[in-house]
Amino acid sequence: MSTISQARSIGLPLMNIVRFKGAPILHQLYLEEQLLRTSSENWCVINDGTNIPTIVMGISGKPSELLEVRSVLQDQVPVVRRFSGGGTVIVDHGTLFVTFICNKNAVPGVQPYPQPIMSWSSTLYNEVFQGIGHFHLRENDYVFGNRKFGGNAQSITKNRWVHHTSFLWDYEARNMAYLKLPMRTPKYRLARDHEEFVCRMKDFLSREAFIDRTLKAVGTQFSVRPIQSEASSVPHDATFQHSTTMLTKQELEAALPSQSETYELQRF
Amino acid sequence: MALRMWASSTANALRVSCAAKSSLSPAFCLSRCFSTVLDGLKYASSHEWVKHEGAVATIGITDHAQDHLGEVVFVELPEPGGSVSKGGSFGAVESVKATSDVNSPISGEIVEVNTKLSEAPGLINSSPYENGWMIKVKPSSPSELESLMGPKEYTKFCEEEDAAH
Repeated sequence: MSTISQARSIGLPLMNIVRFKGAPILHQLYLEEQLLRTSSENWCVINDGTNIPTIVMGISGKPSELLEVRSVLQDQVPVVRRFSGGGTVIVDHGTLFVTFICNKNAVPGVQPYPQPIMSWSSTLYNEVFQGIGHFHLRENDYVFGNRKFGGNAQSITKNRWVHHTSFLWDYEARNMAYLKLPMRTPKYRLARDHEEFVCRMKDFLSREAFIDRTLKAVGTQFSVRPIQSEASSVPHDATFQHSTTMLTKQELEAALPSQSETYELQRF
Repeated sequence: MALRMWASSTANALRVSCAAKSSLSPAFCLSRCFSTVLDGLKYASSHEWVKHEGAVATIGITDHAQDHLGEVVFVELPEPGGSVSKGGSFGAVESVKATSDVNSPISGEIVEVNTKLSEAPGLINSSPYENGWMIKVKPSSPSELESLMGPKEYTKFCEEEDAAH
């Protein structure tokens, strides 16, 4: 590191950076919750794609309301309920994940509540996407123009918080068919269907450029320390009680509409 | 009697009219924090309140907390019969994109849980001190209540916290 950048980083809070490529989303979420609840340091977790297409719901997600359960079961798509709030996504190798796990005092002026954290994250990503695609935070989504390409969710404890984002670098349109239109949608969505509402980040910049720009932006606020994912400082405690769960086949089957409900639907 | 100053926002005006009908007496509200703080309750620095009546203490989150969290869409609560520890998490609220831990200001045994919150989580927003209560606890160490903040102290705490950010 140059003398100037060393001088700049003095006095900045430390941010450990852990990078994965293609890590299973369940493992990523397990790690994030464990870091939230058992670490006292700040972490940035970057996962460049995930290996298996997986549906990820928020903590209160109900499969019957959010998913086309019959298709999900038929095609054996894994379904995860994560420890943070927010909506449902289907993630795969085209999804880029960036997560910040911070002490509440790590970012000056940011109270540990949803809106201040979201606002802080948008200022960081404003730097990342400077000059690219008319980026901004729209309600709780990252958009280029009025098309969403990044979704956010958070989990907040007494002294720490997680803010994680899934970026649609690319996606398979047919995978969106597993998801129902949610009951809660942002106002700016209007009545647009999925293809009209979202866009692909790959139309704006490469994966490498995005990750490099993100790391650079993080480096303006934190003293960055890269950590190997296998390092002992990265917790892998098998006894930790995770809130994130993979739904079982039985749980998904229980969410199927009943025979009488199906008949009623068919009548109309 | 403490000076009563109510915040000017419409939402707070609605909360004022609900509180005025209740058995709890509103203490005062600093216009800077735009939140209601009630007399007769004790408060934790993590923004939960406790109302101790006889053998039972009722716990919920404050008006300041619900205002900062936004619309509550889901509440995760423990089962009766379990225990809580002072400062420990006993549940969570989900507001739009975030889950937030709710921490118990005191230790004790959970004797009742507000089951209405599963169907109407928004009670936490509309009535944080009354219908939005979360758990009732039999305190195991009543002296823990003494270390909590009173209404004036908590109001000042909210003001300082908001001013620092």
